[in-house]
Amino acid sequence: MLEITGLRTGYGQTEIIRGLDLAIAPGQIVAVLGANGVGKTTLNKALSGLLPIWSGTIQFEGSSLAGATPADIVAAGLIHVPEGRKIFPNMSVLENLELGSYRRARLHRRTNLDRAFTIFPRLRDRASQMAGTLSGGEQQMLAIGRGLMAEPRLLILDEPSLGLSPLLVEEMFTLIRTLNQEGLTIMLVEQNVVQSLDIADHATILENGQCSIQGPAAELAANPALRRAYLGL
Amino acid sequence: MYTPAIVAEAMVNGLLTGAVYALVALGLTLVYGVLHIINFAHGALLTCAMFAVWAASELLGINVYLAIPPLALIFLALGYALQRFVIGPASRGDDANTLLVTLGLSIAIENALLAAFKSDTRTLSGDAAFDVVELGPMLLSRPRLIGFAVALVVALLLWALLRRTDSGKAIRAVAREKMGASLMGIDVRHIYALTFGIGCACLAVAAGLLLPTFYVTPRVGQAFVLVAFTIVVLGGMGSVAGALLGGLLIGVVESLGGLLLGESLGQAGIFVIFILVLLLRPTGLFGARA
Repeated sequence: MLEITGLRTGYGQTEIIRGLDLAIAPGQIVAVLGANGVGKTTLNKALSGLLPIWSGTIQFEGSSLAGATPADIVAAGLIHVPEGRKIFPNMSVLENLELGSYRRARLHRRTNLDRAFTIFPRLRDRASQMAGTLSGGEQQMLAIGRGLMAEPRLLILDEPSLGLSPLLVEEMFTLIRTLNQEGLTIMLVEQNVVQSLDIADHATILENGQCSIQGPAAELAANPALRRAYLGL
Repeated sequence: MYTPAIVAEAMVNGLLTGAVYALVALGLTLVYGVLHIINFAHGALLTCAMFAVWAASELLGINVYLAIPPLALIFLALGYALQRFVIGPASRGDDANTLLVTLGLSIAIENALLAAFKSDTRTLSGDAAFDVVELGPMLLSRPRLIGFAVALVVALLLWALLRRTDSGKAIRAVAREKMGASLMGIDVRHIYALTFGIGCACLAVAAGLLLPTFYVTPRVGQAFVLVAFTIVVLGGMGSVAGALLGGLLIGVVESLGGLLLGESLGQAGIFVIFILVLLLRPTGLFGARA
């Protein structure tokens, strides 16, 4: 579904992603893990067209994303729920969700709204409330709900557990697994290594702008080097 | 002293003028709220629009009010193109550059108009400007009444556009969260240009409403833009409701100032308000941020 080969990109003159390879098959949850500052968010920005590709290729469902604008990429069904949520604080919850279908799946807006409200009943209660007044957890739900409104083929979730209480983090990971079981392909970008490996099919560890270790999530969870570096075991 | 009837008439006249001021300010505040730039070309574009209205009426013989809708569309397209192909690319994402580009544009436009039309003062021929309507004890200018009604309708349409349509919602989204909007597939450059175009369309409508009772020269826009800036600051930078209310208020202040201090000093009241707002409430009536 997504195939990245030899990707290089960064900001200005500074290279952040230095020749990264990654593949995601349909129906999978692929976890992209790594500490702060290894390039996770930069990778996501390149995938959603916010940063230009310096070299290498990104193929999404068989077509190249070279030169594609963020709007093209959304239209193709690659939806990115960014770190920090980036919801529209000055607009109501309902309007935020509606804008999720601005570029894609506009005709299915009604059905998808119902679906989002079924997944997140709390959002239905707060439909007319300004999004900026929601709690952190609710804002994260809104960001994911807004992403789902576009009927993603591949959903990138960047740090969905960031800043949430342990209970909500648990809830969030359960939800991600449920969405995946309903057929959605998910790229989960996280610092939360233990829980991510728990729900992912495949995982890759990002270090210094490259994938250092890749493999089935269960295998990575048992990898002694990884356990030392990331799990403190 | 003045009788209550005279004061009331001055206030009503102020409201009528104020609604058209509000329309000029709406364009300015919308562009500021979304693009976060102060459009120094606003006055020159208003002048342009006023010349366009004058030309439509005097050279082509089109009724002023019938000329407004097509001119609004033309200015929508013109504003869109200006932002998309001139201001946007020339400023390279730097706000300081945008100030210079719009300032440069305003100088270029004004001088082009000066070269084409000289500095003569032009008015619409005919005596429609002197039509009055009797409303109870008051005698009100008909073109100003029409201007008031049309300006309010346009403000209402703008409000509905921003609240009810996807494009309007996208404009509000881009105003506060550019990256989030991009990730929803909203083309930020398109929304910037559309917003600038809407600002210019407001100017075209305002020009059509002003001209029946006003004159046009190549520098006439500047006077209105100074007032519009005051309204925007009074209402709160970027606030549409603030621009409307601020416009009406400033219209009344100017009219009462004219009554009490004499016509030529009427605008002094506006600038007293401007200074007071800056001193006492710099965020304006509806401004959210400091």
